[in-house]
Amino acid sequence: MIGIGDQAPEFELPDTDGEPQALQTPAVVIFTCNHCPYALAWHDRLMELARDYADVHFYAINPNDAERYPRDSFEAMKERVRGDGGWPMPYVHDSTQEVAREYGARTTPDVFVVDSEGALRYRGAPDGDHQDDSLRADWLREALDQVLAGEEVARAETDPVGCSVKWRQ
Amino acid sequence: MTVELLWWEGCPSHPEALAELERILREEGVDAVVTRVEIEDDDQARRERFPGSPTIRINGEDIAPAEGEPFSLTCRIYRTRDGRVSPTPDPEDVRAAVRRAA
Repeated sequence: MIGIGDQAPEFELPDTDGEPQALQTPAVVIFTCNHCPYALAWHDRLMELARDYADVHFYAINPNDAERYPRDSFEAMKERVRGDGGWPMPYVHDSTQEVAREYGARTTPDVFVVDSEGALRYRGAPDGDHQDDSLRADWLREALDQVLAGEEVARAETDPVGCSVKWRQ
Repeated sequence: MTVELLWWEGCPSHPEALAELERILREEGVDAVVTRVEIEDDDQARRERFPGSPTIRINGEDIAPAEGEPFSLTCRIYRTRDGRVSPTPDPEDVRAAVRRAA
């Protein structure tokens, strides 16, 4: 598990086209999934953010145990992205859950901002209310703007809110 | 009237669901105690026919029947009346179920 200021773990995971996606910086790493209402409620805001910050690398990582939660299988991920006509970020599968463990992901969603030097600068929720679309992931936007401007992140940590990551038993 | 809230700790939505349920029962003048049932494993989820957390049953009927959903430790996906995804049922759906049962 990493803390603010630590080097973010590197990874290379397959996206829904089967292409390997390796961490490039600056980045937003989002642990998310198909079956969680919190992840679904924040989904459009996060997609909009990725479109707005085209110079930042975004990764949606599904870490859930697909055996117990078939809706989070790699096939279901592919189907979802296809059904949406593509996403503005790769949706990658952490089948071993190693990346989620290294980051210390707790929920879906759980969001991490990594600066161009590879250091973790923000971790937590996209904004303060999954039910309020008008917030537009503003905690995450603030953190990104400060990172991209070379400033300290004023609110570097918030509590992630969502469904617990479904670890293998 | 029997009112049950079935919940699983992997979803943080049950306190909000309980608060809304109790508020609506008060507003509707229904003097019922909400029985809270924690679902702790998959076996119990199957026995209790638990399609996810939170599940509200009034007189044994799910207020938003989840047709075809597997019974497991998961978070339920509700739709509010304006079409948004929500971890809790639309309060007006809860109110309608309370009125039907009253």
